[in-house]
Amino acid sequence: MNILIQNGRIIDPANGIDQIGDLQVADGRIMENRDGFKADTTINATDKIVCPGLVDLRARLREPGQNHKGTIESETHAAACAGVTTICIPPDTSPIIDTPAVIELIRNRAKEAGYASIIPLGALTHGLDGEHLSNMGALKEAGCAGFSNAQPAVSNSLVMRRALEYAASHEMTVFLHSQDTWLSNGGCVHEGSVSTRLGLPGIPDAAEAAGVARDLVLIRETGVRAHFCGISSIRALQMIELAQKSGLLVSADVAIHHLYLTDMDIGDFNSLCHVLPPLRTERDRKGLVDGVLSSTIQAICSDHQPHDEDAKAAPFEQTEPGISSIETLLPLTLRLAKEHEISISDVISTITNRPAEILGIDTGTLGRGKRADITVFDPEEWWTVTADNLQSAGKNSPFLNWELQGKVAHTIMGGAVVHES
Amino acid sequence: MSRNIQLDSNGKLHHFLSIEGLNRNLLTEILDTAEHFTSVGNQTAKKVPLLRGKTIANLFFEPSTRTRTTFDLAEKRLSADVLNININTSATTKGETLLDTLQNMVAMQIDMFVVRHAASGAAHFVAKNVPSHISVINAGDGRHAHPTQAMLDMFTIRRHKEDFTRLRVAIIGDVMHSRVARSQIHALNTLGCPEVRVIAPRTLIPSHVEDLGVHVTTNIEDGLNGVDVIIMLRLQNERMSGAHLPSKKEYFQYYGLTEERLQLAADDAIIMHPGPMNRGVEIDSAVADSGHSVILQQVTNGIAVRMAILSMAMQSQSGQGGEL
Repeated sequence: MNILIQNGRIIDPANGIDQIGDLQVADGRIMENRDGFKADTTINATDKIVCPGLVDLRARLREPGQNHKGTIESETHAAACAGVTTICIPPDTSPIIDTPAVIELIRNRAKEAGYASIIPLGALTHGLDGEHLSNMGALKEAGCAGFSNAQPAVSNSLVMRRALEYAASHEMTVFLHSQDTWLSNGGCVHEGSVSTRLGLPGIPDAAEAAGVARDLVLIRETGVRAHFCGISSIRALQMIELAQKSGLLVSADVAIHHLYLTDMDIGDFNSLCHVLPPLRTERDRKGLVDGVLSSTIQAICSDHQPHDEDAKAAPFEQTEPGISSIETLLPLTLRLAKEHEISISDVISTITNRPAEILGIDTGTLGRGKRADITVFDPEEWWTVTADNLQSAGKNSPFLNWELQGKVAHTIMGGAVVHES
Repeated sequence: MSRNIQLDSNGKLHHFLSIEGLNRNLLTEILDTAEHFTSVGNQTAKKVPLLRGKTIANLFFEPSTRTRTTFDLAEKRLSADVLNININTSATTKGETLLDTLQNMVAMQIDMFVVRHAASGAAHFVAKNVPSHISVINAGDGRHAHPTQAMLDMFTIRRHKEDFTRLRVAIIGDVMHSRVARSQIHALNTLGCPEVRVIAPRTLIPSHVEDLGVHVTTNIEDGLNGVDVIIMLRLQNERMSGAHLPSKKEYFQYYGLTEERLQLAADDAIIMHPGPMNRGVEIDSAVADSGHSVILQQVTNGIAVRMAILSMAMQSQSGQGGEL
């Protein structure tokens, strides 16, 4: 199918492009513009932004294993509505992604749904047990973009060292949720005045800082390519920044909600704000925003975790952590450009080409000949986040009733229109 | 933060979940009302008909003797019909969630829930999930709050000390795990107490506790100097040796309230303890039984204070006339 996207503001951060123009798509690829192009579909993108399909570095789709919370179909559909065309999923599905068979299952389900492509991370240790290395070679061949132990982190430092060495042998990136699990001690909120006031078990920022410190030492030791997932505290961020300045090639991402919410938003036990790592202080939040502005943090992800209603209907510490967030990723990311000294092209970069680079995949750009993953959105259109508006099976968003700007009009994945508003 | 869910549209007490967010007038009203109810316990017929025809369910998801018994007595003295339900955790682990339990209780047309639960925020959760004509009283939730205990402590203090605005109060012991301490701190600050000190080793002091409005000291001698009220906290058995504290013996040596240390406080200082006490661990036996101790008065006062809170919450309810 030939698609012509007309008169849009084309923003392609990877190629330094920000200009009004047309984009031609044929055979699932982005073509060199030529005269006489016959379009089957024409999209009028006047006053809209045309950018690469979003690459979400971390989202849980809940399938396989927790289909009552969401399915690959429901969540990739939500992704398509939100302009996301590539989703990287952590290995903590059930069964865990530690055999090629699970990857095949997920791939097939994604293909059947046809809304977005899924990039799996393989388990760093078998069954995520933190003790035995997984078959990383086989998982790499099956298509994993990297390895992760998800949460909680590998607590045994020797196992961690061996896992990093082995991943380095296969030239694979390791995605780390760094944390000293002894210090986090089963907590559910940031340790500070809010945890003390509410009497909830706290997770000190020292837990993240100690985890990052250990992992930085081991990364340097083993030479593995590593990425820090979901940094939540300024202390951990400062360590990563220092390591980057000293020449260590490490990257980092932040979940979008950590750029907007703090532990104060928990108020009187609002379980929609129960998330791990926990929302921290205003100082941390500002520090993380600065980290994005200075590119110490390269990517912003949704850290999408849809839940059924029951999962949040209990006293706070007994609720399940996580936020249904894939549909608020784009508007909240765009808002950074309105609120701070950063161009819209630079913010789009954090959810397109930069996460793609971290994953080592050939997407997130509008380069000629690339796969046609394209998002067309109206950056000015307002919409209100409501349970009805959210397409995800999970309605667990602390942003309910927020009015946000930026609405996706068209999403094209592999040359096919998968969403049209 | 949104409207305080503890108050009805007229600003009257509807739920009693936490001292936080309630103003001085309201706390004083509770104390004054309790004062009125103390006489009921001294009558030969210890009953008033205020809550006749009302049904109160005491939902205890966590074991309790003192609190449950005094609630039970307070409810009966107000002539309410009382349902005591002890839900051991094994029943809930069978699959019934707190929400299921609640919905069943609501179906029984209960007017008020008194809830104790091991999870912080449980009482708020209950209040948010029952029909608005039902009042919820927090009888202790996790480490968060134990507001009726704090109010009976304030009542006891007021009976001995006239003016909160001139008091120096020391709270000694395991503040980190104590819901009682959190509620006491809020109550003392709201009532205008100018100096609340918290005394414990750093392992038992929660992060940023100063933000609640207290001074922290790790030295008991410094902390006791000149105080008018000494509040001891219970030290749980499982915390007496391990990563929080080395041993009972060492705790008593450095933080136990002895006769010698009591000398540092004001001459007319009173000693309080929410119970149950560990004699020889946090408090010397002789001190616990001394003339300074008001520990048993606290128990007696607990009944009048709970009567006051129950009747006030039920009043707001009838005042609303079920319009919600």
